[in-house]
Amino acid sequence: MTVNPSFATEPSPDGLRLRLSGRWTISAPGLEGQADALLMAAPARRHVIFDLSALAAMDTAGAWLIDRARDAAAKAGAETMLEGATSAYEILLQEARYRDFEKTEPQRGSALVALLTKVGLTAAGVADDLYSGMTFLGQIVSALLRIARNPARLRMTSVVFHLDSFGLRALPIITLINFLVGCIVAQQGIFQLQHFGAATFAVDLIGILVLRELAVLLTSIMVAGRSGSAITAEIGAMKMREEIDALRVMGLDPVEVLVVPRFLALLIALPLLTFVADMAAIFGGLLVGWAYGGISPEIFLGRLQNAIALNTFLVGLIKAPFMAGVIALISAVEGFAVQGSAESLGKRVTASVVKAIFMVIVIDGLFAMFFATIKY
Amino acid sequence: MSDKAPFPNAQDAIAIRVRGVEVGFGSRLILRGLDLDVKRGEVLGFVGGSGTGKSVLTRAILGLVNKSAGRIEIFGQDLDALPPRERQAVERRCGVLFQQGALFSGLTVLQNVQVPMREYLNLSQGLMDELARLKIAMVGLRPDAADKFPSELSGGMIKRAALARALALDPDILFLDEPTSGLDPIGAADFDELIATLQKTLGLTVFMVTHDLDSLYSICDRIAALADGRVIAAGTVAEMLANEHPWVRSYFHGKRARRLSPAPQPARS
Ligand SMILES: Nc1ncnc2c1ncn2[C@@H]1O[C@H](COP(=O)(O)OP(=O)(O)OP(=O)(O)O)[C@@H](O)[C@H]1O
Ligand SMILES: [Mg+2]
Repeated sequence: MTVNPSFATEPSPDGLRLRLSGRWTISAPGLEGQADALLMAAPARRHVIFDLSALAAMDTAGAWLIDRARDAAAKAGAETMLEGATSAYEILLQEARYRDFEKTEPQRGSALVALLTKVGLTAAGVADDLYSGMTFLGQIVSALLRIARNPARLRMTSVVFHLDSFGLRALPIITLINFLVGCIVAQQGIFQLQHFGAATFAVDLIGILVLRELAVLLTSIMVAGRSGSAITAEIGAMKMREEIDALRVMGLDPVEVLVVPRFLALLIALPLLTFVADMAAIFGGLLVGWAYGGISPEIFLGRLQNAIALNTFLVGLIKAPFMAGVIALISAVEGFAVQGSAESLGKRVTASVVKAIFMVIVIDGLFAMFFATIKY
Repeated sequence: MSDKAPFPNAQDAIAIRVRGVEVGFGSRLILRGLDLDVKRGEVLGFVGGSGTGKSVLTRAILGLVNKSAGRIEIFGQDLDALPPRERQAVERRCGVLFQQGALFSGLTVLQNVQVPMREYLNLSQGLMDELARLKIAMVGLRPDAADKFPSELSGGMIKRAALARALALDPDILFLDEPTSGLDPIGAADFDELIATLQKTLGLTVFMVTHDLDSLYSICDRIAALADGRVIAAGTVAEMLANEHPWVRSYFHGKRARRLSPAPQPARS
């Protein structure tokens, strides 16, 4: 039968008798309230008897709470006694006896100091990131040099495997988004320019915008989200399970084994993806120009030939390997920074994607300034 | 001994009943029609070679791997047939110590122990803190381990912390997957003693997978041996010692076993 925990107070000749009854178990409803009441009831007298003969059940939580009351009574100067406890209860009361756990209070400082500390740490974190990024770049370069001297060290299988997952498997989504963006740019271009009777100039707009900026930018952002997160998660999970340490003690350089193949795969995959993205976006523009702007494919291609030169195309493509390098670098650094917990893995993957996308855009801006300066 | 909460088959003396269970991965059958009874209030030691499927059986009983045939009852209730709420009620009566600990890596030891309390009970934070610290002390961890994260613990400390979490709700059945591996002999003996004490005082039923002959001799009421996907022998230590099956013979009469216990004490009553 389920009986809620309770107790009755009876005055006894020289003190107090507490008759406990019901189930004093952790899942019994109202256990905590009864235990607190018991704690209040106990101390006032000289003799306190805890009568357990009517107890239906007790577990470690119940034992702890009963012993807590007994301990409080004893501390208040009462003589405490147990009555009617079976030997099992006695063992349990001993095993789960009350003890004072010194509270480890978290230190609380002023909110202002905490805020300033956080700001400072974040600022220092940026410097740290820069430093660890550079260190890592150095390690990758030295690993690459070692491989260049002894090409047999290159893990070709791994490179091909990652080329497949970063490149080939990204192809459908990258083609699709660039195709759609090509369509959108064409539609907006034609719509806005036809006010000036210059709808065909939309072709120039599409050609230049897509080839110089949009295709490489969208592809890099997609790859940062898709492959950068995968790199961080893979390396981070290996770090968590001490697999990286296992590599080290086997005399293998984790950078050479894990990072270089991914780095090379991205370096090859991203320019190829960018090329496909260029084509997809222009094809999208061509279709919309034809269907919506009434620009026939012959006219479109003819205008395109006039509008762009080889350099327009190269400006976009030359950025791709830099984007790839920065994505690989950031995601590997973040992967190696993972600590023991799953939470830290999640944080690092997020940081990796955010930082990589941010850096991709920064690099694109730097290139824009550079090409503007050299008038290319 | 405390009487147990009411169950439909409260008079049933069998806590876990396994009948004809088959579990396979791909085309490989690991358990082939396994039968096993764990009696209420006993400590059952489960032995078997590495990779024979001890952990798989534990997971099957807990409903963590799918079985292709057979029936498993906990306290007379078939978990597969229960509606979710009742299933949960049975599950919260089970405490599990996984072979690898399976502590939540983002939580401290103290928070790990509190997870089941927080989910199932309505206790104040103060009491939960105290009860969790009690459990941590009972399994033999130092108080300062409470605020550590799992990645900061040693192998043996992980085992203890995982036991503290398994005990958080004072379960009726405790599943232990190699609890004493990775513990020093003194720690392992303490561990055994704690399990025995809880079994005696709380009427705990313990299903313990172990390779530790000391544990088998000192706290197990019965032992079951697994080979070829079936329980090939089950009984008290004395019965196992008398068993003629070649694997059981080599297990209990091997070099290590002889060195450990030339004259095994009779099984505890
Ligand atoms: N998720 C899984 N997928 C495929 N095979 C599995 C899986 N889990 C376990 N196995 C296989 O099932 C078999 C039994 O594994 P199990 O973990 O139960 O062994 P065990 O008896 O607990 O061994 P040990 O004493 O070493 O812990 C092994 O051969 C293992 O390879
Ligand atoms: Mg196992």
